[in-house]
Amino acid sequence: MPHQTPLYEEHAGAGARIVDFAGWAMPLHYGSQLAEHEAVRTHAGLFDVSHMAITDLGGERARDLLRWLLANDVAKLDERPGQALYSCLLNERGGVIDDLIVYYREPGNYRVVSNAATRDRVRPLLQEESQRLGVTCSARDDLAMIAAQGPRAAELVEQLFGDQAAAALACKPFQAALMGEVFAGRTGYTGEDGFELILPADSAPDLWRRLVAAGAQPCGLGARDSLRLEAGLNLNGHEMDEQTTPLESGLGWTVAWDPADRDFVGRAALEAQRAQGSPWRLVGLVVEGRAPAREGYTVHTDAGDGVITSGGHSPTIGGPIALARVPAAAKDDFRVVIRKREATARPVKPPFVRHGKVRV
Amino acid sequence: MSQVPEDLKYTQNHEWVRLEADGSVTVGITDHAQESIGDLVFVEAPEPGTSVQAQEACAVVESVKAASDVYAPISGEVTEGNEALADSPEAVNSDPYGEGWIMRIQPADAGELDGLMDAAAYQQLVADEG
Repeated sequence: MPHQTPLYEEHAGAGARIVDFAGWAMPLHYGSQLAEHEAVRTHAGLFDVSHMAITDLGGERARDLLRWLLANDVAKLDERPGQALYSCLLNERGGVIDDLIVYYREPGNYRVVSNAATRDRVRPLLQEESQRLGVTCSARDDLAMIAAQGPRAAELVEQLFGDQAAAALACKPFQAALMGEVFAGRTGYTGEDGFELILPADSAPDLWRRLVAAGAQPCGLGARDSLRLEAGLNLNGHEMDEQTTPLESGLGWTVAWDPADRDFVGRAALEAQRAQGSPWRLVGLVVEGRAPAREGYTVHTDAGDGVITSGGHSPTIGGPIALARVPAAAKDDFRVVIRKREATARPVKPPFVRHGKVRV
Repeated sequence: MSQVPEDLKYTQNHEWVRLEADGSVTVGITDHAQESIGDLVFVEAPEPGTSVQAQEACAVVESVKAASDVYAPISGEVTEGNEALADSPEAVNSDPYGEGWIMRIQPADAGELDGLMDAAAYQQLVADEG
């Protein structure tokens, strides 16, 4: 039996098509993925992301632990309580075990939100390292998480939380604040403004219903995927995995090389690849025609073949887009093989869509 | 509950088949099929003149989520593909038994139609698949 989130009954009651995602019974859509996608670009959508793994780290050496385990450097968060950081968690070969967001709450207190699919890989790593350094590691499976995303998301939060929302509404992207018992991060996975709301599981159904009543559209995993693809955001297991480094996945910007004396897991391997030059790079592709160019399809280029890591129909653009891993030297002549036919493609720098606007 | 019109024939692969007055058949995917596939964004219908064998994949419907093959319910020759679907694939979702038809086939042997399911049998198949 797949796990159910605290919001499962809300999804089932609304007639969602439920699918198994990484061992969780999750909504794929509530009728129309395209309508849900559109709601997030123009209004506000809601996602149940309670299947993600929330882990709190506490103690004097929590900062040391994260500086050792993460490729990005939580020292950037010092003196900035409420600030969040996106980072990869690497293996010794520089391969990506997971990508995650870490929030700095106060000295010696961090909150890590990592992926559902890697929960059983990441949690033991955090626990082991915590034990070694005397850090308290709490798996917060008592919490739920709701993402409210879209140009009207802030309005809805204000409407529901009133004066309590002041600090959260003042947050810039990648900052978090409390609204009563709700931990609100101005983060998301859609390319729109919005919040990820972390709260006690018992309180989640009530907040979900109130957000729906206020006009937010419940959205499933389908829209979540098409929105993140348009936003040019990587999905672990697709753009990167344990055999792929951040430098090959368009995530070089998340690696904190300085200070040079900070060692972190995977650093030596990454340094070597950086010196040699990565053989691959990740590009966005806008593909001609209407046929979706999907994950696994071959991409011919002037410098050899690459492969699509995520691809599909972009509702906002009205045609196929993709992320692809191609030879680093590829410059020209991109052609995607779609069922024995070739469709020319234009390489672009993601995002494809941001804040409701086409950017490519 | 999805619609299963009484006057059509059906296949195991969730296509519907309508016998026309001129002896050709019109083929599409069922309401149940469009519902499970989700919002369609692309349909590739076969070219007129294509010879098809029963059970042969000869068209593709793609939703936001995935690509699915459409199989020829019977052997014969394609006389027409629904070209309107190139610009409005969503017609398969909104009107699977009408505007959303996918292709017309001139059967090689009209007797093959007898091997297809009637509405009651198809409804049972959908129920069994849960």
